[in-house]
Amino acid sequence: MNKTVNQKAWLFVIPVFVLVAFNAIIPLMTVVNYAFQETFGNNVFMWEGTRWFKQILLSDRFHAALGRQILFTLIILFIQIPLGIFIALTMPKEGIGVSVCLVLMSMPLLIPWNVVGAMWNIFALPDIGFLGHSLNALGFDYNFTQQSGDAWFTTVLMDVWHWTSLVVLLSYAGLRSIQPAYYQAAEIDGASRWSVFRHIELPKMKKVLTIAILLRFMDSFMIYTEPFVLTGGGPGNATAFLSIDLVKMALGQFDLGPAAAMSLIYFFIVLTVCWVFYNLMMKNEGQS
Amino acid sequence: MSLELRNVEKKIGQETHIYETNLKLEKNTINVLLGSTLAGKTTLMQIMAGLDKPTNGEIWFNEKNVTGVKVQKRNVSMVYQQFINYPNFNVYDNIASPLKITGVDSNEIKNRVGKVAELLKLSPMLNKRPNELSGGQQQRTALARALVKDSDLILLDEPLANLDFKLREELREELPKLFEDRDCIVVYATTEPSDALLIGGYTATLLEGKIVQHGKTLEVYNQPNSLQSAQVFSDPPMNIAKIKKQGDVCSLISDDVSWKINSKLKDGEYKVGIRPHNITTYKEGSNSLEISGKVLISELSGSESLIHFTNGDLNWVSLSNGIHQKNVGEQTKLFMNSDEFLYFDESNKLVNNV
Repeated sequence: MNKTVNQKAWLFVIPVFVLVAFNAIIPLMTVVNYAFQETFGNNVFMWEGTRWFKQILLSDRFHAALGRQILFTLIILFIQIPLGIFIALTMPKEGIGVSVCLVLMSMPLLIPWNVVGAMWNIFALPDIGFLGHSLNALGFDYNFTQQSGDAWFTTVLMDVWHWTSLVVLLSYAGLRSIQPAYYQAAEIDGASRWSVFRHIELPKMKKVLTIAILLRFMDSFMIYTEPFVLTGGGPGNATAFLSIDLVKMALGQFDLGPAAAMSLIYFFIVLTVCWVFYNLMMKNEGQS
Repeated sequence: MSLELRNVEKKIGQETHIYETNLKLEKNTINVLLGSTLAGKTTLMQIMAGLDKPTNGEIWFNEKNVTGVKVQKRNVSMVYQQFINYPNFNVYDNIASPLKITGVDSNEIKNRVGKVAELLKLSPMLNKRPNELSGGQQQRTALARALVKDSDLILLDEPLANLDFKLREELREELPKLFEDRDCIVVYATTEPSDALLIGGYTATLLEGKIVQHGKTLEVYNQPNSLQSAQVFSDPPMNIAKIKKQGDVCSLISDDVSWKINSKLKDGEYKVGIRPHNITTYKEGSNSLEISGKVLISELSGSESLIHFTNGDLNWVSLSNGIHQKNVGEQTKLFMNSDEFLYFDESNKLVNNV
């Protein structure tokens, strides 16, 4: 057989390559470039090797931000995943209620992130906000702009409000794909509601839940806009999560080198966690 | 032990899914529910199981009215078209699951699961999970779960439909043996007449929510009470032609083919039903009739030849053993075995024995 050589196919790859180059490769490489150099402006750069990486990895400030970030993400996952599954389980399975619930559930997801932050900021203001005022009227000493516990409470509540729907929608889709015969078979066995959940619904939702956890992990680990608008990282540094701290370093102090090194470390943490988690979850999955 | 449906009817909204049905299934029998998709097989089974309630009528089990008694209290097991197993249990735990729920002692469970697994050739894969098994093995697991329980009623809803050809053949041969020495009633729903013939026992033919006929499988096949029952129980579809009877001579209306019959039927118009395998490229039986036609389609399936042809204004199907190649458009001669003809009157009732 004669194979004809035709390199024209490469022409078709070029647009994608250019696009990816501009939106991913070039910016990332710029960051890599900064991470190994020092600059005092005027486009003059000096080689610094791994100095910034060592500095970041050993700095208390980074440890504190990372600690806050991990705590926040864990809280978010532990609330949103079970809550999302629970809501999905209680949603109607047929009739008009389905569309009503789906639309209601999608609403928070459609609101721009900074608007969510601004909404909750006003909503939680202790003097005029509905939430803040009500809490104070009920006798709680609530002020998210001054007490770090309250700031955390408000940030978590905001995120739960904003993102639980995503878990609900994914879980609901997973639940709907279970064939009715599974429920009948369990009914014939006389299985309890809990066993049906534990041994049919949960395993059948495993794949969508893996995606849900991954998405919620990535989003919450990289959260910026909403807490920036709500608390600005405060009071003090109480809600300064990784990306808020990063922006402070890069744009506030203009420490380009350390900020770039921190970005890369940040990026590798997210990448590694996602990779390990995904592979663990999918380890025993066959083709089915 | 017997299962009886008394005047059972099922309506959903304005739509009738099952028309008034009376059916009695006896102890230690396999009963095939034969009918096309949407004929009401699954609905009927769910009513039998207690997964669904009839709109009207009663279900009696062992001379006791069990209408409305929940499925968990009825000692029923069911196998579905889809391979339904607990996804995160291995084969052993899957088979053991109905026993564990009812609190059977663990040695007893081990014993019974071992036996059933042996019967269904699952012993080497007791530690595997469903998604590591082939479709055939998954369905064997589901069957084992149904058998391990010693149910009074085992319902099989097209259990072989999702399997590929070889696995289907294999399991189909084993199935009747599995139920041989069991003290239970088995109901097997299928769309395929060949399944019914292979399984034997009793068959009920279903058409559009009505049971057309119920009786011993071979009797239903050989003596369908009506054209509908014969049609349900024939694959490829039965050839139906109008005939005229005058004296002891019958002739096709659409062509001048005629033959003698010995019957007390009144003169007049009838319909004749001829199963495809009774029209062949070779003579069969002592009363062979020649019929000619133009070949529409000619296909080989395994060692059989399926020839579709036109005669008069009708399309006919013939099924011959062996390989007989015909060209499309070719004028051809075939032979009908008139001993096997089924005669129906105007109201589609079988009149062979009159």
